Amino acid sequence: MNESKCTFGNCCCGPDNEKKGRWNPYLVGIGLGILSWLAFAVVNQPLGISTALSSASSVCALPVMGGEAVAKNAYWAKTPFKWDGGMLFLISTFVGSLLSVLAARSFRVEKVPATWADRFGNSAGKRMAAAFLGGVIIMYGARMAGGCTSGHGISGSLQLAVSSWVFFLTMFASGAATALLLFHKSAK
Amino acid sequence: MNLPVSPETARWLAIPLGILFGVLLHRGGVANYNVIVNQFRFKDFTVLKIMFTAIIVGGIGVLLLHGAGHAAYHIKPANMLGVALGAALFGVGMVLYGYCPGTGVAAMATGSVHAIVGFAGMLLGGVLYALSFTWVEANIQKVAALGKVRLPEVTSIPDWGWFGILIAIASVVFWLLETKFKPASEKSNG
Repeated sequence: MNESKCTFGNCCCGPDNEKKGRWNPYLVGIGLGILSWLAFAVVNQPLGISTALSSASSVCALPVMGGEAVAKNAYWAKTPFKWDGGMLFLISTFVGSLLSVLAARSFRVEKVPATWADRFGNSAGKRMAAAFLGGVIIMYGARMAGGCTSGHGISGSLQLAVSSWVFFLTMFASGAATALLLFHKSAK
Repeated sequence: MNLPVSPETARWLAIPLGILFGVLLHRGGVANYNVIVNQFRFKDFTVLKIMFTAIIVGGIGVLLLHGAGHAAYHIKPANMLGVALGAALFGVGMVLYGYCPGTGVAAMATGSVHAIVGFAGMLLGGVLYALSFTWVEANIQKVAALGKVRLPEVTSIPDWGWFGILIAIASVVFWLLETKFKPASEKSNG
């Protein structure tokens, strides 16, 4: 799809390398839309990630909190860890991305991405701290809202759910405000 | 509603669907920190193009499937305060992390170390929500709880009207993005 100069893995660095092997975003959107048809009509479960991820968190809490406390927790009692379709989907998403990366030969260890480095420098520690904190906040928010970019943003919005459109618009406004605060001094 | 396969088969079919999902996220470029963050800075519109197209194509298909009795709706409840507060936190977290939960999982496979660190943060976030669940459920999720409602039910605009509106908005926005307001960073990308 990408007709730029580095189609078959000949380019080494910079933004061209990141764009290597990318497909047209509209075609990717159509692909995700068709995937949603299959999710609804065949599997009877909309595409989503964060429900399975939060039930996986109960497994991580086990060694710290103990089995009894985890079992008694009202939230995990409602969404216990199980190898259901959602969990298999979560793991397969990782596998699919890995296969795609290997096929594109674009696997690259990245500690500090360019946009971050332009603004906050090359300190990996700083970037990791922000990523960790961001991970905590995004997951807490996803569970409070009842879904993430997949479950609300795509699967919910396409069903014209009121909750999902409120999520989509609020999330985008909040993200844009956060980006403005974080990056406003950036030269680029 | 009739499913073409048994629940057990459906469970295993989640694997090929997940693999395709991961491939599409990676090939779409959204398993990339810069692409996600620059969407929120209005410098790269890949995320918007992908999501809006997926919503329209997916939505029209699911509407037809639902009408023919081949798909059930799965609507998340509109607990307005919980959804709004959660979404506001989600936006802050997404810009700090640089991924959302799905693209973060996909990004871990591309070699992004900070995606893995943020994934650990997501697991902690899930634990913290579980620990505060009883309080949140009692004090936040019950405020302005409208139930599992859809836009056609709370407005006088029917399903097709909403998709007409979405297609009209998408046509204008996509046209503007591809012509007048194409960001310089995207111009080399066919």
